[in-house]
Amino acid sequence: MNADQEMRRSVEELRLTFKTGKTRTVGWRKAQLRAILRLIHENENTLFHLLQSELGKHPVESYRDEIGVVKKSVDHALNCIDQWMSPKKGRLPLVYFPASRQVLPEPLGVVLIIASWNFPIALTLDPLIGAISAGNTVVLKPSELSPNCASFLANILPSYLDPKAVKVIEGGREVSNQLLQYKWDKIFFTGSTKVGKIVMAAAANNLTPVTLELGGKCPAIFDFLPNSDLKVAAKRVASGKWGPCAGQAGIGIDYMLVEQKFASTVIEQLKKTIKRFYGDDAKNFKNLSKIINKGHFDRLRSFLEDSAVANCIVYGGSFDDTSLIIEPTILLDPPLDAEIMNEEIFGPLLPIITMDNIEESIEFINSKPKPLAIYAFTKNENFKKRILAETSSGSVTFNDTVIQFLCDELPFGGVGQSGIGRYHGKYSFDTFSHEKAVLERSFYFELEPWHPPWNNFKLQFLRLVYNYDYVGMLLLLLGLKRPSNS
Amino acid sequence: MIKFYRRYPSITHRQHRSFSDLSSNSRFHLPIDIDYTMASEEQAKNSTAPATFDAEAADCLMKELRSTFLDGKTKSYEWRSSQLKSLLKMLEDSDKQICDALFSDLSKPEMEAYIHEIAMIKSSCKLALKKLKDWMKPEKTKTNLGTFPSSAEIVPEPLGVVLIISAWNYPLLLSVDPVIGAIAAGNAVVLKPSELAPAMSSLLAKLLGKYLDSSAIKVVEGAVPETSALLEQKWDKIFYTGNGRVARVVMAAAANNLTPVVLELGGKSPVLVDSNIDLTVTARRILSGKWGCNNGQACVAPDYIITTKQYAPVLIDSLKHNLVKFFGEDPMNSPDLSRVGHSRHFARLKKLLDDDKISGKIIHGGQTDKSNLKIAPTIVLDAPEDSLIMSEEIFGPLLPIVTVEKIEDGIEFINSRPKPLAAYLFTNTKQLKEEFVSNISAGGVVINDVTLHLMVDTLPFGGVGESGTGAYHGKFSFDAFSHKKAVLYRGFFGDAPARYPPYTPGKLRLLKALLDGSLFGIIRALFGFS
Repeated sequence: MNADQEMRRSVEELRLTFKTGKTRTVGWRKAQLRAILRLIHENENTLFHLLQSELGKHPVESYRDEIGVVKKSVDHALNCIDQWMSPKKGRLPLVYFPASRQVLPEPLGVVLIIASWNFPIALTLDPLIGAISAGNTVVLKPSELSPNCASFLANILPSYLDPKAVKVIEGGREVSNQLLQYKWDKIFFTGSTKVGKIVMAAAANNLTPVTLELGGKCPAIFDFLPNSDLKVAAKRVASGKWGPCAGQAGIGIDYMLVEQKFASTVIEQLKKTIKRFYGDDAKNFKNLSKIINKGHFDRLRSFLEDSAVANCIVYGGSFDDTSLIIEPTILLDPPLDAEIMNEEIFGPLLPIITMDNIEESIEFINSKPKPLAIYAFTKNENFKKRILAETSSGSVTFNDTVIQFLCDELPFGGVGQSGIGRYHGKYSFDTFSHEKAVLERSFYFELEPWHPPWNNFKLQFLRLVYNYDYVGMLLLLLGLKRPSNS
Repeated sequence: MIKFYRRYPSITHRQHRSFSDLSSNSRFHLPIDIDYTMASEEQAKNSTAPATFDAEAADCLMKELRSTFLDGKTKSYEWRSSQLKSLLKMLEDSDKQICDALFSDLSKPEMEAYIHEIAMIKSSCKLALKKLKDWMKPEKTKTNLGTFPSSAEIVPEPLGVVLIISAWNYPLLLSVDPVIGAIAAGNAVVLKPSELAPAMSSLLAKLLGKYLDSSAIKVVEGAVPETSALLEQKWDKIFYTGNGRVARVVMAAAANNLTPVVLELGGKSPVLVDSNIDLTVTARRILSGKWGCNNGQACVAPDYIITTKQYAPVLIDSLKHNLVKFFGEDPMNSPDLSRVGHSRHFARLKKLLDDDKISGKIIHGGQTDKSNLKIAPTIVLDAPEDSLIMSEEIFGPLLPIVTVEKIEDGIEFINSRPKPLAAYLFTNTKQLKEEFVSNISAGGVVINDVTLHLMVDTLPFGGVGESGTGAYHGKFSFDAFSHKKAVLYRGFFGDAPARYPPYTPGKLRLLKALLDGSLFGIIRALFGFS
């Protein structure tokens, strides 16, 4: 059996499993969720080791950004799933009496989750939690650029989760393309804007709904701050830029905007922070992830090939080809038409753009596609309001970075070029569900005017019904109100 | 006598063709097997459609709308509410013209025009006006220990410039209802009404141009070339009502710009009829929902009935009896029945009737009148599963009845087919109701009635699978055209050092406790335990 046939057979099995109805029971869903919790718990050290070797992540970073996030997500789902699954009932106007209405969430069916390489555990398991909570069967396609994590998941998941309902399919572009030809009930994709378009175009063939978690250039607006706050802000910026996978994160800071007169203070503080966080030994940076592969490493280096850009480096700039580690690098005012200011950087290079007045940052941000996140460090309440009202992004975080990821109550997703749809918390459950409208009526109180043959009386009656004019209806029915000839 | 003339070449074979022949530089292959004919020469003369709407015109249009949107005026509550008020006034002033247009396009009886289109739209508009302030308010949300101290909210914002492509069967409702949602959410809008309901299309162009802010809300009339020119543009949302074939083209076009879509499509909405029912009420409700709704040409109209072999004769008798009561002995001349929308559609329905596989199975009706585009209410008993009438969405006045051994078999029958927009069940048996509701996947489900869920604005209206994606009506319309932006506010206090390098085992412990939300764990970690 060739690879395509094998995959088709797997997907067919998932469809048959879904048809049996087993994934719909709350018992099955909770059992799977608990199994994920056990998986994390029992394999924590292995996961730390994997993420360290594949991406250079320190265990604290791995826990903060991946393992802890998944664990929190499962706990939340287990706590809330009964509530999420229950129908939402409500009242109806009297005209429908007797009747009842509800919105009933139901699973979509067989779903495909395609994950990215930068958070190989979180970006596979977190959407998986949503898909399972909603009662679907799942194919997980981890990224081939983090192959060890992918293999680990492929090997370990069948021993924790129901192998007839959750499958891991490894492979590269060819496998993804093949999978995209099949008919899915939902596709959940995390990755680049370019591939997002390909995924959506393939989904269009089967009218498959999609959630696309993409990227963009997430700006950090840095307004004037007093010294004590400046120190905290600088830590948060550094953490938001170089903390998550050395800048290789959709919601990582891409570039910074600062007022001209404040720039050098900010840069100085950033330099101090970087030294403290990562050290300044070019051969041995600590607590810093590596670049995923040579391809991306070269891509990042090529941003600096233009001497006009390279001359703007005010800190860092060293590239280690063997370890694939790039030093945290700051650039001051690179040319705005350079690639580094027009492509998503996805790495540890931080351009800082200066302007006369920080409020100009709004126009600057609006000249670019809508990003996944906007970060703004400011104490100016009016400015905050302006940012909210005049820019558009997946999310906005004031006076911090990246941390919005932790809030289960906040929807996590993009808008425009940064994505379609959202997840986290109940939004994960919703994104893999269909909300079915249900109306139940009884046979009593059949209203004649609903049916043909039509006449003026019926028309008048229905006008009253639409206006919820119960008195008028009663009068008309009792013959105390004449139908008007309109 | 209705005259026809051809405005565009009519293609009779169902081949996809690049329409670079019709409009240059277009990349999208909209199926060109639709007959573009005008209903009458009189209407053609009164048409307000511009001579050509090509790629360049679409570019200009988009530039203007984007500029309007960026100026910010559509975002204000005042603008949105003033537009909705004008829309309501437009509907109130134009009752007669609307009914006339609906009669011209579809021979729609005045009652239907009123109940199913005008009244529903007015209701939708009034609801939006009443609730707009509430809908626009940010929603405060909880945060957790991991981000303490912080506050969070979700802020709805308009998506930008949106495209609404409407259908011909409810040409007022399906055009204006999404427009209400788009305006309420603060967007700039382009409406492309269906060219197959030309009287309504030009009326909408005229009325919306007169009553609404034309720097932000525009109507583009036309057919494939105009639609394809529009689809080349970069929209912030596309809302499409129509069929699955064209929906695929729309979604593929949307994919180029990562434009989110709502697709309101159709399908074969089944009615499962048990024997444990009030027969008269059931028959009347089914008849109303089928032939009283644009003569079966509605996305949620009952498409086919499933009942037991034993009960079928009883049900059929009641249906026939009540059909006469509703539409008289001569339904072809009943003023209470819409005609078939257009000649191409008539031909398609005729083909379903002429299918060899159902010869001898037509047990009621079957008469057709091509020149008046009328087909009598027709019932077909036990058409084979591979007959045309059982394979495609009928969207007309033909009602197949499928019989099964026991009523539960009906559920399996329905589940073996693509998910429909609506599924209906008539029964008094609680267990059957429960099984139906939990096991049938459809856009919406109604027990003991048909189509009524459309009117309930607290229920989301949309499909699933082949019947569509996304939903609208009521607040769901506002949401469909909004982006819900997550906002997190933090201060500079409460900075957990555990987040930052240099990383240590102690920080790992603290982080675990923080993310677990466990105060006790945090205390232990701070003191160096666990």
